[in-house]
Amino acid sequence: MKISTSEVAHVAALARLRLSEEMSAKLTEQLNDILTAMDKLAELDTSGVPSTNHALELSGAMRPDQARESLDHERALANAPDSDGQSFIVPKVI
Amino acid sequence: MELHELSLTQAVEMLGKGEVSSLELTQALLRRIEDTEPRVKAYLTLTAGAALEQAQAADQARAAGQAGPLCGVPAGLKDVLCTAGVRTTCGSKILQNFVPPFDAFLVNKLKQAGMVLLGKHNMDEFAMGSSTENSGFEASHNPWDLAAIPGGSSGGTAASVAAGSSIFSVGTDTGGSIRQPASHCGVVGLKPTYGRVSRFGLVAFASSLDQAGPITRSVADAALVLSVIAGHDPDDSTSDPRPVPDYAASLQRGVKGLKLGVPKEFFVAGLDPEVEATVKAAMAELEGLGAELVPVSLPHTDYALPVYYIIAPAEASSNLARYDGVKYGMSVRAQGGGLMDMYLDTRSQGFGPEVIRRVMLGTYALSAGYYDAYYGKAGQVRTLIRCDFEAVFEKVDAIVGPVTPTPAFDIGQKVDDPLQMYLSDVFTLSTNLAGLPGMSIPAGFSTAGRPIGLQIIGPHFAEETLFAVGHAYQQATDHHLRRPPL
Repeated sequence: MKISTSEVAHVAALARLRLSEEMSAKLTEQLNDILTAMDKLAELDTSGVPSTNHALELSGAMRPDQARESLDHERALANAPDSDGQSFIVPKVI
Repeated sequence: MELHELSLTQAVEMLGKGEVSSLELTQALLRRIEDTEPRVKAYLTLTAGAALEQAQAADQARAAGQAGPLCGVPAGLKDVLCTAGVRTTCGSKILQNFVPPFDAFLVNKLKQAGMVLLGKHNMDEFAMGSSTENSGFEASHNPWDLAAIPGGSSGGTAASVAAGSSIFSVGTDTGGSIRQPASHCGVVGLKPTYGRVSRFGLVAFASSLDQAGPITRSVADAALVLSVIAGHDPDDSTSDPRPVPDYAASLQRGVKGLKLGVPKEFFVAGLDPEVEATVKAAMAELEGLGAELVPVSLPHTDYALPVYYIIAPAEASSNLARYDGVKYGMSVRAQGGGLMDMYLDTRSQGFGPEVIRRVMLGTYALSAGYYDAYYGKAGQVRTLIRCDFEAVFEKVDAIVGPVTPTPAFDIGQKVDDPLQMYLSDVFTLSTNLAGLPGMSIPAGFSTAGRPIGLQIIGPHFAEETLFAVGHAYQQATDHHLRRPPL
Protein backbone atom coordinates (compact mmCIF):
# COMPACT_ATOMS: atom_id res chain seq x y z
CA MET A 1 0.00 0.00 0.00
CA LYS A 2 1.70 3.20 -1.17
CA ILE A 3 -0.95 5.60 0.06
CA SER A 4 -3.59 5.07 2.73
CA THR A 5 -7.10 6.47 2.91
CA SER A 6 -6.03 8.84 5.66
CA GLU A 7 -3.14 10.11 3.51
CA VAL A 8 -5.58 10.63 0.65
CA ALA A 9 -7.68 12.73 3.00
CA HIS A 10 -4.58 14.73 4.01
CA VAL A 11 -3.56 15.31 0.38
CA ALA A 12 -7.13 16.33 -0.51
CA ALA A 13 -7.00 18.92 2.26
CA LEU A 14 -3.69 20.26 0.92
CA ALA A 15 -5.19 20.44 -2.59
CA ARG A 16 -8.36 22.14 -1.30
CA LEU A 17 -10.59 19.32 -2.49
CA ARG A 18 -13.59 17.82 -0.70
CA LEU A 19 -13.93 14.10 -1.43
CA SER A 20 -16.93 11.87 -0.79
CA GLU A 21 -16.28 8.57 0.98
CA GLU A 22 -16.87 6.67 -2.26
CA MET A 23 -14.55 8.96 -4.24
CA SER A 24 -11.88 8.75 -1.56
CA ALA A 25 -11.93 4.93 -1.68
CA LYS A 26 -11.76 4.87 -5.49
CA LEU A 27 -8.94 7.43 -5.56
CA THR A 28 -6.97 5.50 -2.94
CA GLU A 29 -7.10 2.41 -5.16
CA GLN A 30 -6.26 4.27 -8.37
CA LEU A 31 -3.44 6.33 -6.84
CA ASN A 32 -1.93 3.14 -5.42
CA ASP A 33 -1.94 1.56 -8.88
CA ILE A 34 -0.35 4.64 -10.41
CA LEU A 35 2.24 5.05 -7.65
CA THR A 36 3.18 1.38 -7.94
CA ALA A 37 3.83 1.94 -11.65
CA MET A 38 6.01 4.92 -10.70
CA ASP A 39 8.23 2.59 -8.67
CA LYS A 40 9.92 1.69 -11.95
CA LEU A 41 12.03 4.81 -11.47
CA ALA A 42 13.67 3.24 -8.41
CA GLU A 43 15.41 0.78 -10.77
CA LEU A 44 17.70 3.58 -11.94
CA ASP A 45 20.72 4.84 -10.06
CA THR A 46 20.51 8.60 -10.54
CA SER A 47 23.08 9.65 -7.98
CA GLY A 48 25.01 12.59 -9.37
CA VAL A 49 22.51 13.17 -12.22
CA PRO A 50 21.33 16.78 -12.29
CA SER A 51 17.61 17.43 -12.53
CA THR A 52 16.05 18.83 -15.70
CA ASN A 53 13.46 21.42 -14.83
CA HIS A 54 13.50 23.07 -18.24
CA ALA A 55 14.35 21.27 -21.47
CA LEU A 56 16.07 24.28 -23.05
CA GLU A 57 18.44 26.91 -21.78
CA LEU A 58 16.51 30.09 -21.07
CA SER A 59 17.85 33.18 -22.76
CA GLY A 60 16.59 36.72 -22.44
CA ALA A 61 14.06 35.77 -19.79
CA MET A 62 14.03 39.31 -18.42
CA ARG A 63 12.19 41.98 -20.35
CA PRO A 64 12.94 45.72 -20.14
CA ASP A 65 11.82 47.35 -16.90
CA GLN A 66 9.31 49.64 -18.53
CA ALA A 67 5.84 50.63 -17.39
CA ARG A 68 3.17 49.29 -19.74
CA GLU A 69 -0.57 49.44 -19.97
CA SER A 70 -2.25 46.80 -17.83
CA LEU A 71 -5.81 45.54 -17.46
CA ASP A 72 -8.12 48.22 -16.10
CA HIS A 73 -10.35 47.51 -13.10
CA GLU A 74 -13.42 46.90 -15.21
CA ARG A 75 -11.82 44.24 -17.40
CA ALA A 76 -9.89 42.66 -14.53
CA LEU A 77 -13.10 42.24 -12.53
CA ALA A 78 -15.35 41.34 -15.46
CA ASN A 79 -15.20 37.60 -14.75
CA ALA A 80 -15.25 37.89 -10.96
CA PRO A 81 -18.05 35.97 -9.25
CA ASP A 82 -18.50 38.93 -6.89
CA SER A 83 -16.93 42.39 -6.79
CA ASP A 84 -17.67 45.97 -5.76
CA GLY A 85 -16.13 47.56 -8.83
CA GLN A 86 -12.78 48.01 -7.06
CA SER A 87 -12.04 44.67 -5.37
CA PHE A 88 -12.94 40.99 -5.42
CA ILE A 89 -15.42 40.08 -2.71
CA VAL A 90 -14.96 36.83 -0.76
CA PRO A 91 -16.83 35.30 2.20
CA LYS A 92 -16.08 36.96 5.53
CA VAL A 93 -13.02 35.45 7.25
CA ILE A 94 -13.07 37.28 10.54
CA MET B 1 -14.16 18.90 -54.41
CA GLU B 2 -16.45 20.77 -52.03
CA LEU B 3 -15.23 23.92 -50.32
CA HIS B 4 -15.08 22.34 -46.85
CA GLU B 5 -12.68 19.70 -48.19
CA LEU B 6 -10.01 22.22 -49.20
CA SER B 7 -6.63 22.11 -47.56
CA LEU B 8 -5.36 25.40 -46.14
CA THR B 9 -2.92 25.94 -49.00
CA GLN B 10 -5.69 25.27 -51.54
CA ALA B 11 -8.04 27.67 -49.75
CA VAL B 12 -5.37 30.39 -49.61
CA GLU B 13 -4.67 29.94 -53.32
CA MET B 14 -8.34 30.10 -54.30
CA LEU B 15 -8.94 33.15 -52.12
CA GLY B 16 -5.89 34.81 -53.63
CA LYS B 17 -7.07 34.18 -57.18
CA GLY B 18 -10.57 35.37 -56.38
CA GLU B 19 -12.05 31.95 -57.19
CA VAL B 20 -13.91 32.01 -53.89
CA SER B 21 -14.64 34.76 -51.38
CA SER B 22 -14.08 34.42 -47.66
CA LEU B 23 -17.80 34.90 -47.15
CA GLU B 24 -18.60 31.95 -49.45
CA LEU B 25 -15.96 29.79 -47.81
CA THR B 26 -17.11 30.69 -44.30
CA GLN B 27 -20.74 30.00 -45.19
CA ALA B 28 -19.71 26.60 -46.59
CA LEU B 29 -17.87 25.77 -43.36
CA LEU B 30 -20.83 26.86 -41.24
CA ARG B 31 -23.11 24.59 -43.30
CA ARG B 32 -20.65 21.75 -42.78
CA ILE B 33 -20.62 22.42 -39.03
CA GLU B 34 -24.42 22.33 -38.96
CA ASP B 35 -24.36 19.01 -40.78
CA THR B 36 -21.61 17.24 -38.83
CA GLU B 37 -21.75 18.65 -35.30
CA PRO B 38 -24.70 16.54 -34.10
CA ARG B 39 -22.52 13.48 -34.81
CA VAL B 40 -18.92 14.65 -34.24
CA LYS B 41 -19.35 17.21 -31.41
CA ALA B 42 -16.05 18.92 -32.18
CA TYR B 43 -17.07 22.40 -31.00
CA LEU B 44 -17.91 23.75 -27.56
CA THR B 45 -18.64 27.30 -28.73
CA LEU B 46 -19.67 28.58 -32.17
CA THR B 47 -19.21 32.19 -33.25
CA ALA B 48 -21.11 32.08 -36.54
CA GLY B 49 -22.30 35.70 -36.56
CA ALA B 50 -18.88 37.13 -35.77
CA ALA B 51 -17.30 34.77 -38.31
CA LEU B 52 -19.48 36.09 -41.11
CA GLU B 53 -18.59 39.67 -40.15
CA GLN B 54 -14.88 38.77 -40.07
CA ALA B 55 -15.22 37.09 -43.49
CA GLN B 56 -16.76 40.22 -45.00
CA ALA B 57 -13.99 42.31 -43.47
CA ALA B 58 -11.40 39.88 -44.88
CA ASP B 59 -12.89 40.19 -48.36
CA GLN B 60 -12.72 43.99 -48.06
CA ALA B 61 -9.12 43.83 -46.82
CA ARG B 62 -8.16 41.62 -49.76
CA ALA B 63 -9.87 43.96 -52.21
CA ALA B 64 -7.86 46.80 -50.67
CA GLY B 65 -4.61 44.86 -51.15
CA GLN B 66 -4.14 44.20 -47.42
CA ALA B 67 -4.35 40.41 -47.29
CA GLY B 68 -2.32 38.59 -44.64
CA PRO B 69 -1.17 35.00 -45.21
CA LEU B 70 -4.38 33.52 -43.78
CA CYS B 71 -6.73 36.26 -44.96
CA GLY B 72 -10.30 35.02 -44.95
CA VAL B 73 -9.59 31.39 -43.95
CA PRO B 74 -12.22 30.07 -41.50
CA ALA B 75 -10.96 27.94 -38.61
CA GLY B 76 -11.73 26.95 -35.05
CA LEU B 77 -9.24 26.83 -32.17
CA LYS B 78 -8.78 24.49 -29.24
CA ASP B 79 -10.65 25.90 -26.27
CA VAL B 80 -7.47 26.14 -24.19
CA LEU B 81 -6.42 29.30 -26.10
CA CYS B 82 -7.71 32.61 -24.73
CA THR B 83 -9.84 34.54 -27.21
CA ALA B 84 -10.87 38.09 -26.32
CA GLY B 85 -14.64 38.31 -25.93
CA VAL B 86 -15.20 34.63 -26.79
CA ARG B 87 -15.75 32.23 -23.90
CA THR B 88 -12.79 29.96 -23.18
CA THR B 89 -13.68 26.94 -21.06
CA CYS B 90 -10.63 24.71 -21.34
CA GLY B 91 -13.19 21.90 -21.41
CA SER B 92 -13.99 22.52 -17.75
CA LYS B 93 -17.16 23.44 -15.92
CA ILE B 94 -15.06 25.57 -13.60
CA LEU B 95 -14.43 27.92 -16.55
CA GLN B 96 -17.73 27.49 -18.37
CA ASN B 97 -18.55 31.21 -18.23
CA PHE B 98 -15.03 32.62 -18.51
CA VAL B 99 -14.67 35.29 -21.21
CA PRO B 100 -11.01 36.34 -21.54
CA PRO B 101 -10.24 40.06 -21.71
CA PHE B 102 -7.33 39.41 -24.09
CA ASP B 103 -6.17 37.18 -26.93
CA ALA B 104 -3.42 34.61 -26.53
CA PHE B 105 -0.23 35.71 -28.32
CA LEU B 106 -0.72 33.15 -31.06
CA VAL B 107 -4.41 33.99 -31.45
CA ASN B 108 -3.41 37.60 -31.98
CA LYS B 109 -0.93 36.50 -34.63
CA LEU B 110 -3.58 34.40 -36.40
CA LYS B 111 -5.99 37.33 -36.36
CA GLN B 112 -3.33 39.66 -37.75
CA ALA B 113 -2.78 37.09 -40.52
CA GLY B 114 -6.49 37.30 -41.35
CA MET B 115 -7.99 34.11 -39.89
CA VAL B 116 -11.79 33.98 -39.46
CA LEU B 117 -12.69 32.42 -36.09
CA LEU B 118 -15.52 29.87 -36.33
CA GLY B 119 -15.50 28.83 -32.68
CA LYS B 120 -13.69 26.84 -30.01
CA HIS B 121 -12.98 23.11 -30.11
CA ASN B 122 -13.87 20.50 -27.52
CA MET B 123 -11.04 19.00 -25.46
CA ASP B 124 -10.23 16.94 -22.40
CA GLU B 125 -10.63 19.11 -19.31
CA PHE B 126 -7.49 21.23 -18.83
CA ALA B 127 -5.90 19.12 -21.60
CA MET B 128 -5.76 16.08 -19.30
CA GLY B 129 -6.63 13.01 -21.31
CA SER B 130 -6.12 10.94 -24.42
CA SER B 131 -9.67 10.51 -25.69
CA THR B 132 -11.66 13.75 -25.13
CA GLU B 133 -13.95 11.69 -22.88
CA ASN B 134 -12.70 13.84 -20.00
CA SER B 135 -14.35 16.94 -21.45
CA GLY B 136 -16.50 18.59 -18.79
CA PHE B 137 -19.29 18.92 -21.37
CA GLU B 138 -19.47 16.01 -23.83
CA ALA B 139 -17.25 13.51 -25.64
CA SER B 140 -16.19 14.16 -29.23
CA HIS B 141 -16.43 11.41 -31.84
CA ASN B 142 -13.96 10.25 -34.47
CA PRO B 143 -15.20 11.29 -37.95
CA TRP B 144 -13.80 8.06 -39.45
CA ASP B 145 -15.83 5.91 -37.07
CA LEU B 146 -18.30 7.60 -34.75
CA ALA B 147 -18.01 4.74 -32.24
CA ALA B 148 -14.33 5.54 -31.75
CA ILE B 149 -12.57 8.22 -29.71
CA PRO B 150 -10.87 10.99 -31.71
CA GLY B 151 -7.90 10.97 -29.33
CA GLY B 152 -7.03 13.71 -26.88
CA SER B 153 -6.66 16.12 -25.47
CA SER B 154 -7.01 18.04 -28.76
CA GLY B 155 -9.70 15.58 -29.85
CA GLY B 156 -12.28 18.14 -30.94
CA THR B 157 -9.59 20.02 -32.83
CA ALA B 158 -8.37 16.99 -34.79
CA ALA B 159 -11.91 15.72 -35.36
CA SER B 160 -12.97 19.09 -36.74
CA VAL B 161 -10.09 19.28 -39.22
CA ALA B 162 -10.77 15.68 -40.32
CA ALA B 163 -14.52 16.28 -40.62
CA GLY B 164 -14.09 19.41 -42.71
CA SER B 165 -15.66 21.71 -40.13
CA SER B 166 -12.43 23.71 -39.79
CA ILE B 167 -9.87 24.33 -42.55
CA PHE B 168 -7.05 24.13 -40.01
CA SER B 169 -6.66 24.56 -36.27
CA VAL B 170 -4.21 25.00 -33.43
CA GLY B 171 -4.04 22.58 -30.53
CA THR B 172 -1.70 22.05 -27.60
CA ASP B 173 0.55 19.12 -26.74
CA THR B 174 1.75 18.39 -23.19
CA GLY B 175 2.45 14.67 -23.63
CA GLY B 176 1.14 13.94 -27.12
CA SER B 177 -2.13 15.88 -27.23
CA ILE B 178 -1.59 17.16 -30.78
CA ARG B 179 0.09 14.11 -32.32
CA GLN B 180 -2.06 11.33 -30.86
CA PRO B 181 -5.45 12.79 -31.94
CA ALA B 182 -3.95 13.78 -35.31
CA SER B 183 -2.89 10.15 -35.75
CA HIS B 184 -6.34 8.84 -34.78
CA CYS B 185 -8.15 11.29 -37.07
CA GLY B 186 -5.90 10.96 -40.15
CA VAL B 187 -4.60 14.54 -40.15
CA VAL B 188 -1.23 16.24 -39.59
CA GLY B 189 -0.30 17.36 -36.07
CA LEU B 190 2.89 19.21 -35.17
CA LYS B 191 4.23 19.82 -31.68
CA PRO B 192 6.95 22.43 -32.21
CA THR B 193 10.10 22.74 -30.12
CA TYR B 194 9.30 23.99 -26.61
CA GLY B 195 9.61 27.78 -26.73
CA ARG B 196 9.08 28.07 -30.50
CA VAL B 197 5.46 29.26 -30.01
CA SER B 198 4.50 31.54 -27.13
CA ARG B 199 2.43 30.06 -24.31
CA PHE B 200 1.05 33.46 -23.30
CA GLY B 201 -2.74 33.16 -23.15
CA LEU B 202 -2.66 29.37 -23.22
CA VAL B 203 -4.46 28.06 -20.12
CA ALA B 204 -1.63 26.32 -18.27
CA PHE B 205 -1.56 22.58 -17.52
CA ALA B 206 2.13 21.66 -17.10
CA SER B 207 4.22 24.72 -17.89
CA SER B 208 7.53 22.99 -18.66
CA LEU B 209 5.84 20.67 -21.17
CA ASP B 210 2.91 22.55 -22.79
CA GLN B 211 3.41 23.65 -26.38
CA ALA B 212 0.92 24.87 -29.00
CA GLY B 213 1.07 23.77 -32.63
CA PRO B 214 -0.93 23.29 -35.82
CA ILE B 215 -3.37 20.52 -36.74
CA THR B 216 -3.90 20.53 -40.49
CA ARG B 217 -4.72 18.40 -43.54
CA SER B 218 -1.22 18.47 -45.02
CA VAL B 219 2.38 19.08 -44.02
CA ALA B 220 2.47 22.16 -46.25
CA ASP B 221 -0.51 23.53 -44.29
CA ALA B 222 1.32 22.92 -41.01
CA ALA B 223 4.37 24.81 -42.29
CA LEU B 224 2.18 27.78 -43.21
CA VAL B 225 0.44 27.89 -39.82
CA LEU B 226 3.71 27.54 -37.89
CA SER B 227 5.26 30.39 -39.89
CA VAL B 228 2.40 32.57 -38.62
CA ILE B 229 2.30 31.56 -34.94
CA ALA B 230 6.03 31.02 -34.22
CA GLY B 231 8.26 33.74 -32.87
CA HIS B 232 9.48 35.48 -29.76
CA ASP B 233 7.03 36.91 -27.25
CA PRO B 234 8.40 39.15 -24.50
CA ASP B 235 5.36 38.26 -22.37
CA ASP B 236 6.48 34.59 -22.19
CA SER B 237 9.82 34.19 -20.43
CA THR B 238 10.20 30.71 -21.96
CA SER B 239 9.66 31.96 -25.51
CA ASP B 240 12.78 31.53 -27.65
CA PRO B 241 14.19 34.63 -29.37
CA ARG B 242 15.75 33.04 -32.46
CA PRO B 243 14.26 34.12 -35.81
CA VAL B 244 11.56 32.08 -37.57
CA PRO B 245 12.98 30.24 -40.60
CA ASP B 246 11.35 30.04 -44.03
CA TYR B 247 9.35 26.88 -43.39
CA ALA B 248 7.78 26.89 -46.87
CA ALA B 249 11.26 26.58 -48.42
CA SER B 250 12.03 23.53 -46.28
CA LEU B 251 9.18 21.60 -47.95
CA GLN B 252 11.21 21.17 -51.12
CA ARG B 253 14.31 19.78 -49.44
CA GLY B 254 13.36 16.11 -49.91
CA VAL B 255 14.78 13.19 -47.93
CA LYS B 256 17.74 12.16 -50.07
CA GLY B 257 20.77 11.76 -47.83
CA LEU B 258 18.82 12.18 -44.59
CA LYS B 259 19.50 9.65 -41.85
CA LEU B 260 16.33 8.58 -40.02
CA GLY B 261 16.76 6.78 -36.70
CA VAL B 262 14.47 3.85 -35.87
CA PRO B 263 14.43 3.30 -32.08
CA LYS B 264 14.17 -0.36 -31.17
CA GLU B 265 12.23 0.63 -28.02
CA PHE B 266 9.34 1.88 -30.20
CA PHE B 267 8.75 -1.60 -31.69
CA VAL B 268 8.04 -3.77 -28.68
CA ALA B 269 5.27 -5.90 -27.17
CA GLY B 270 2.03 -3.95 -26.92
CA LEU B 271 2.39 -2.36 -30.33
CA ASP B 272 -0.65 -3.29 -32.42
CA PRO B 273 0.43 -5.44 -35.43
CA GLU B 274 -1.49 -3.23 -37.87
CA VAL B 275 0.20 -0.12 -36.48
CA GLU B 276 3.60 -1.80 -36.72
CA ALA B 277 3.01 -2.92 -40.32
CA THR B 278 1.73 0.50 -41.38
CA VAL B 279 4.59 2.40 -39.77
CA LYS B 280 7.19 0.02 -41.22
CA ALA B 281 5.63 0.42 -44.68
CA ALA B 282 5.85 4.21 -44.30
CA MET B 283 9.50 3.95 -43.26
CA ALA B 284 10.19 1.75 -46.29
CA GLU B 285 8.55 4.40 -48.48
CA LEU B 286 10.91 7.03 -47.04
CA GLU B 287 13.84 4.70 -47.66
CA GLY B 288 12.68 4.34 -51.26
CA LEU B 289 12.69 8.12 -51.56
CA GLY B 290 16.35 8.24 -50.59
CA ALA B 291 16.46 8.36 -46.79
CA GLU B 292 18.74 6.02 -44.85
CA LEU B 293 17.10 4.12 -41.99
CA VAL B 294 19.46 3.72 -39.03
CA PRO B 295 18.69 1.45 -36.03
CA VAL B 296 19.08 3.47 -32.81
CA SER B 297 18.31 3.06 -29.12
CA LEU B 298 16.56 5.30 -26.61
CA PRO B 299 17.28 3.17 -23.55
CA HIS B 300 15.21 5.16 -21.06
CA THR B 301 11.99 5.10 -23.10
CA ASP B 302 10.30 2.81 -20.56
CA TYR B 303 10.83 5.40 -17.85
CA ALA B 304 9.21 8.29 -19.71
CA LEU B 305 5.69 7.35 -18.65
CA PRO B 306 6.34 7.41 -14.88
CA VAL B 307 8.47 10.57 -15.24
CA TYR B 308 5.71 12.30 -17.16
CA TYR B 309 2.96 11.23 -14.77
CA ILE B 310 4.90 12.71 -11.86
CA ILE B 311 6.07 15.96 -13.46
CA ALA B 312 2.88 16.86 -15.33
CA PRO B 313 0.50 16.37 -12.37
CA ALA B 314 2.94 18.16 -10.05
CA GLU B 315 2.98 21.22 -12.30
CA ALA B 316 -0.79 20.91 -12.78
CA SER B 317 -1.45 20.87 -9.05
CA SER B 318 0.41 24.18 -8.83
CA ASN B 319 -1.14 25.76 -11.94
CA LEU B 320 -4.67 24.76 -11.03
CA ALA B 321 -4.39 26.30 -7.56
CA ARG B 322 -5.58 29.54 -9.20
CA TYR B 323 -9.12 28.14 -9.50
CA ASP B 324 -10.34 29.24 -6.11
CA GLY B 325 -13.71 30.82 -6.85
CA VAL B 326 -12.44 34.37 -6.23
CA LYS B 327 -11.16 35.95 -9.44
CA TYR B 328 -12.94 34.17 -12.28
CA GLY B 329 -14.77 30.98 -13.13
CA MET B 330 -17.23 28.99 -11.03
CA SER B 331 -17.68 30.00 -7.42
CA VAL B 332 -19.75 27.90 -5.00
CA ARG B 333 -20.64 29.88 -1.88
CA ALA B 334 -22.87 28.04 0.53
CA GLN B 335 -25.12 30.04 2.87
CA GLY B 336 -23.12 30.69 6.03
CA GLY B 337 -19.99 29.04 4.63
CA GLY B 338 -16.55 30.57 5.03
CA LEU B 339 -13.61 31.08 2.70
CA MET B 340 -12.33 27.51 3.06
CA ASP B 341 -15.77 26.10 2.28
CA MET B 342 -15.82 28.20 -0.88
CA TYR B 343 -12.44 26.82 -1.98
CA LEU B 344 -13.41 23.21 -1.24
CA ASP B 345 -16.88 23.35 -2.79
CA THR B 346 -15.79 25.30 -5.87
CA ARG B 347 -12.88 23.03 -6.74
CA SER B 348 -14.66 19.76 -5.90
CA GLN B 349 -17.73 20.63 -7.97
CA GLY B 350 -15.86 22.43 -10.74
CA PHE B 351 -13.16 19.87 -11.54
CA GLY B 352 -13.93 16.52 -13.18
CA PRO B 353 -12.59 13.13 -12.02
CA GLU B 354 -9.39 13.09 -14.14
CA VAL B 355 -8.38 16.58 -13.05
CA ILE B 356 -9.01 15.70 -9.41
CA ARG B 357 -6.96 12.51 -9.83
CA ARG B 358 -4.00 14.41 -11.30
CA VAL B 359 -4.17 17.27 -8.81
CA MET B 360 -4.16 14.67 -6.02
CA LEU B 361 -1.22 12.81 -7.61
CA GLY B 362 0.74 16.03 -8.10
CA THR B 363 0.03 17.33 -4.61
CA TYR B 364 1.18 13.99 -3.17
CA ALA B 365 4.37 13.97 -5.27
CA LEU B 366 5.25 17.47 -4.08
CA SER B 367 4.27 17.00 -0.45
CA ALA B 368 6.72 16.86 2.44
CA GLY B 369 8.42 13.50 2.70
CA TYR B 370 7.72 12.42 -0.87
CA TYR B 371 9.29 15.20 -2.93
CA ASP B 372 12.71 13.54 -3.31
CA ALA B 373 11.29 10.08 -4.04
CA TYR B 374 8.96 11.29 -6.76
CA TYR B 375 9.45 14.80 -8.19
CA GLY B 376 13.19 14.97 -7.51
CA LYS B 377 13.81 11.51 -8.99
CA ALA B 378 11.60 12.24 -12.01
CA GLY B 379 13.61 15.39 -12.78
CA GLN B 380 16.84 13.35 -12.76
CA VAL B 381 15.43 10.66 -15.05
CA ARG B 382 14.15 13.43 -17.32
CA THR B 383 17.82 14.36 -17.76
CA LEU B 384 18.66 10.77 -18.79
CA ILE B 385 15.83 10.80 -21.36
CA ARG B 386 17.03 14.13 -22.77
CA CYS B 387 20.59 12.76 -23.00
CA ASP B 388 19.33 9.67 -24.89
CA PHE B 389 17.93 11.92 -27.61
CA GLU B 390 21.05 14.10 -27.71
CA ALA B 391 23.19 11.00 -28.28
CA VAL B 392 20.92 9.72 -31.05
CA PHE B 393 20.80 13.09 -32.81
CA GLU B 394 24.58 13.04 -33.09
CA LYS B 395 24.07 10.14 -35.52
CA VAL B 396 20.77 10.87 -37.30
CA ASP B 397 18.78 13.84 -38.62
CA ALA B 398 15.41 12.69 -37.27
CA ILE B 399 13.67 9.74 -35.64
CA VAL B 400 10.71 7.87 -37.13
CA GLY B 401 8.26 5.49 -35.46
CA PRO B 402 4.68 5.00 -34.32
CA VAL B 403 2.67 7.80 -32.71
CA THR B 404 0.57 5.65 -30.43
CA PRO B 405 0.41 1.88 -29.84
CA THR B 406 -3.07 1.25 -31.30
CA PRO B 407 -5.57 2.73 -33.73
CA ALA B 408 -8.37 4.75 -32.11
CA PHE B 409 -10.18 2.64 -29.52
CA ASP B 410 -13.92 2.61 -28.81
CA ILE B 411 -15.52 5.32 -26.70
CA GLY B 412 -15.81 4.05 -23.12
CA GLN B 413 -13.27 1.25 -23.58
CA LYS B 414 -10.57 2.63 -21.25
CA VAL B 415 -12.44 5.27 -19.31
CA ASP B 416 -12.25 3.41 -15.96
CA ASP B 417 -8.60 2.39 -16.28
CA PRO B 418 -6.36 5.48 -16.06
CA LEU B 419 -3.11 3.52 -16.40
CA GLN B 420 -4.25 1.91 -19.66
CA MET B 421 -5.36 5.30 -20.93
CA TYR B 422 -1.98 6.84 -20.03
CA LEU B 423 -0.24 4.18 -22.18
CA SER B 424 -1.74 5.87 -25.27
CA ASP B 425 1.00 8.47 -24.91
CA VAL B 426 3.92 6.09 -24.42
CA PHE B 427 5.65 7.06 -27.71
CA THR B 428 4.91 10.79 -27.59
CA LEU B 429 5.56 12.08 -24.12
CA SER B 430 9.35 11.64 -24.08
CA THR B 431 9.60 14.39 -26.74
CA ASN B 432 7.79 16.79 -24.40
CA LEU B 433 10.13 15.86 -21.55
CA ALA B 434 13.09 16.69 -23.82
CA GLY B 435 11.41 19.75 -25.43
CA LEU B 436 11.77 18.33 -28.94
CA PRO B 437 9.57 18.88 -32.00
CA GLY B 438 7.44 15.95 -33.15
CA MET B 439 4.95 15.52 -35.95
CA SER B 440 2.28 12.95 -36.81
CA ILE B 441 1.36 12.41 -40.45
CA PRO B 442 -1.28 10.05 -41.88
CA ALA B 443 0.37 6.77 -42.94
CA GLY B 444 -2.51 4.40 -43.55
CA PHE B 445 -5.58 2.74 -42.08
CA SER B 446 -6.43 -0.32 -40.00
CA THR B 447 -8.65 -3.02 -41.50
CA ALA B 448 -11.50 -1.41 -39.55
CA GLY B 449 -10.85 1.84 -41.44
CA ARG B 450 -9.35 3.78 -38.54
CA PRO B 451 -6.35 6.02 -39.39
CA ILE B 452 -2.78 5.26 -38.33
CA GLY B 453 -0.05 7.90 -38.12
CA LEU B 454 3.72 7.99 -38.54
CA GLN B 455 5.67 10.05 -36.00
CA ILE B 456 8.75 12.09 -36.98
CA ILE B 457 10.85 13.55 -34.16
CA GLY B 458 13.71 16.02 -34.62
CA PRO B 459 16.35 17.81 -32.60
CA HIS B 460 15.50 21.16 -31.01
CA PHE B 461 14.34 23.70 -33.64
CA ALA B 462 14.53 21.13 -36.47
CA GLU B 463 10.95 21.71 -37.63
CA GLU B 464 12.33 22.25 -41.14
CA THR B 465 13.61 18.66 -41.22
CA LEU B 466 10.21 17.36 -40.10
CA PHE B 467 8.51 19.35 -42.85
CA ALA B 468 10.99 18.06 -45.44
CA VAL B 469 10.43 14.43 -44.45
CA GLY B 470 6.66 14.75 -44.07
CA HIS B 471 6.13 16.66 -47.31
CA ALA B 472 8.28 14.24 -49.31
CA TYR B 473 6.17 11.39 -47.93
CA GLN B 474 2.92 13.16 -48.80
CA GLN B 475 4.12 13.87 -52.34
CA ALA B 476 4.58 10.12 -52.79
CA THR B 477 1.42 8.88 -51.01
CA ASP B 478 -2.27 9.80 -50.79
CA HIS B 479 -3.30 8.86 -47.22
CA HIS B 480 -3.67 12.55 -46.32
CA LEU B 481 -6.00 13.13 -49.28
CA ARG B 482 -8.66 10.70 -48.07
CA ARG B 483 -11.68 12.14 -46.27
CA PRO B 484 -13.97 10.36 -43.78
CA PRO B 485 -17.34 9.18 -45.14
CA LEU B 486 -19.44 11.49 -42.99
